[in-house]
Amino acid sequence: MRGALIVPLVLVVAACSRDAASSGASARASATGEPTRHYGLGHAASAAEVAARDIDVGPDGEGLPPGSGTAQQGAIIFQAKCSMCHGPKGQGMPPVFPALIGRDPKAEGFSFAKDWKLVKTIGNYWPHATTVFDYVRRAMPQVLPGSLTNDELYALTAYLLASNQVIPMTTTLDAASLKQVKMPYVDRFVVDNRRGGKDVK
Amino acid sequence: MDERVTDVEGARTTDARPTDAAGEELLSRRTLITGAVGALGVAVAAGIPLMAGGQGAKAPAAPPVPAVPVVPVDATKVPGAPTTAVGTRSPFVKPSRAPVGEITGNSLTPLQDLAGTITPADLHFERHHAGIPFIDPSRHSLLIHGMVATPLVLSVEEIRRFPPVTRTAFIECSGNGRAAYREPKPDTTPQKAAGLVGNTEWTGVPLKVLLDEAGARKDATWMLAEGGDACLLARSIPMAKAWDDALVVWAQNGEPLRPEQGFPLRLLLPGFEGNTSVKWLRRLELGARPWMTRWETSKYTDPLPDGTARQFSFDMDAKSIITSPAFPQALTKGWWPISGLAWSGRGKITHVEVSTDSGSSWSQATLHAPALDRALVRFTHMWEWTGRETVLLSRAIDETGYVQPTRAELVKVRGIGTDFHFNPIVGWKVQGDGHVVFHGET
Ligand code: HEC
Repeated sequence: MRGALIVPLVLVVAACSRDAASSGASARASATGEPTRHYGLGHAASAAEVAARDIDVGPDGEGLPPGSGTAQQGAIIFQAKCSMCHGPKGQGMPPVFPALIGRDPKAEGFSFAKDWKLVKTIGNYWPHATTVFDYVRRAMPQVLPGSLTNDELYALTAYLLASNQVIPMTTTLDAASLKQVKMPYVDRFVVDNRRGGKDVK
Repeated sequence: MDERVTDVEGARTTDARPTDAAGEELLSRRTLITGAVGALGVAVAAGIPLMAGGQGAKAPAAPPVPAVPVVPVDATKVPGAPTTAVGTRSPFVKPSRAPVGEITGNSLTPLQDLAGTITPADLHFERHHAGIPFIDPSRHSLLIHGMVATPLVLSVEEIRRFPPVTRTAFIECSGNGRAAYREPKPDTTPQKAAGLVGNTEWTGVPLKVLLDEAGARKDATWMLAEGGDACLLARSIPMAKAWDDALVVWAQNGEPLRPEQGFPLRLLLPGFEGNTSVKWLRRLELGARPWMTRWETSKYTDPLPDGTARQFSFDMDAKSIITSPAFPQALTKGWWPISGLAWSGRGKITHVEVSTDSGSSWSQATLHAPALDRALVRFTHMWEWTGRETVLLSRAIDETGYVQPTRAELVKVRGIGTDFHFNPIVGWKVQGDGHVVFHGET
């Protein structure tokens, strides 16, 4: 509670010094090249303030935290913390709880546009392995988001990738190995070519 | 050392998702977690998912309908009701967003009940992926960091001190119309066919003003926008859009945003698929490549018949729908206004054409001014029903020359199983007995 009282004071000081430095609205150039104005509002974020929110993981592995976990450990965590919604085999419970695991041979040609009943899973659709880590860290388990440790996250990511036949069940994942994982269908994702005009795309 | 920093850093190495709140919030969060663990335990013991009865399962019991007060025989002969702190609708008017789902729910704008173009705030559709967060604006802030000269924290109050702007723009979920596209059914209302769209007069600050305040770097090409909800929803946005017409908004139709629309702050990307207008905005990180979040990979990508999937398909294609006559109306012979809405994520609607003979001929509908950039426009067309069965259709044309396609054209280029962006021409079949049903197979 004490900390909570101290923090705002620290922030006020930071905000004041920023105001003084910018001495009111001053003209500078924007990255767009246009002249711009500074209002001296807000305060410079401290490293701790950035760290507290900066949890994203990029497809290049940037932002992956320390820690590690095995697919076998992940299987146990999955049964305890995920299976009640996603099913014991990760098969999902439609329509609310999505399937996470499954490689229906009918879907293997990435033929989802022809049949919407084909089930998309991490193995047959997701283009980047880092997304599994990033999303589970943000959002799962749905009733307790933010409750998993980094080791648990690596273990669950390893289990979800292994049970989708992307990596062997014996894999241990950490920051270095997760960013190396190539998803089977990454090459199928293309940039948007719609531009309006006469063509329907 | 500052207790908060210790807490945060401790969280960073042990917890996967550090909390950025002050001690007070940590406490309440722990209390909450304990409660949730209890609930989870019960659900596990019972062997049932926690959200059984949610989306798709049986509908929750309808709230009791308030009785219509006694209406005087002659309202000019008795004094009326007193004034009230907050207005209410007439008891004779009962629009509903028809909500479904609990934690990952949605609700639909009742298009058939609305006139003009502005969607009343409490009837605007909603879609969220982890429930509607309850946020105290005095403890909410926006962090702008990454490829900037000065990482900045802005309170909600500070954001409101930048030069404000007001503009009208639609927001449409890119899943709007999925069911009507895949399996058109006659008993579809306008709300069901296209209710994941709303049109609002937004007030906020141009994002470029905030980017300049933080000293955004020219070489930043992408920006991650993150919400403060329970899934920390995050989308990668091209910086070109951020510098162009993006806003950080706090007001909707003259009042603070509704919680389900992002209170206290949301990003607004006019014309882009709704999911990118991140609600409960708490962070913008500038970088040089997209982050490939779940909402731009697993979801919000469009499988195509050639075995590829379109990614970062932001623009909403031009679209229109007749909102009256529509299912479940029944017509009598005589004159009727055909009335509907049209919009384009690429600019202004220039024309809307209406057919009253199942598509054999088309005439120009009247567009009601103003037809604004990336906003809903109302069109009407007077029509006399002679008692013969027919199909009423509308198609929108935008300033790029794009003509809203038929369903058959879309199925050809995108496939029946494509997952987002459904803008086929749709219409209404007027049966010989005057009953109107949905017509989706164009
Ligand atoms: C209380 C039920 C519940 C629990 C427990 C739960 N999830 Fe989920 N999960 C969901 C729901 C609902 C969604 C869909 C969310 C949405 O639509 O945005 C989801 C989505 C996901 C997705 C994304 C699926 C996709 O196709 O995009 C992943 C991955 C996932 N969960 C992993 C997990 C893991 C790992 C656990 C255990 C740590 C877990 N979930 C526990 C309910 C749950």
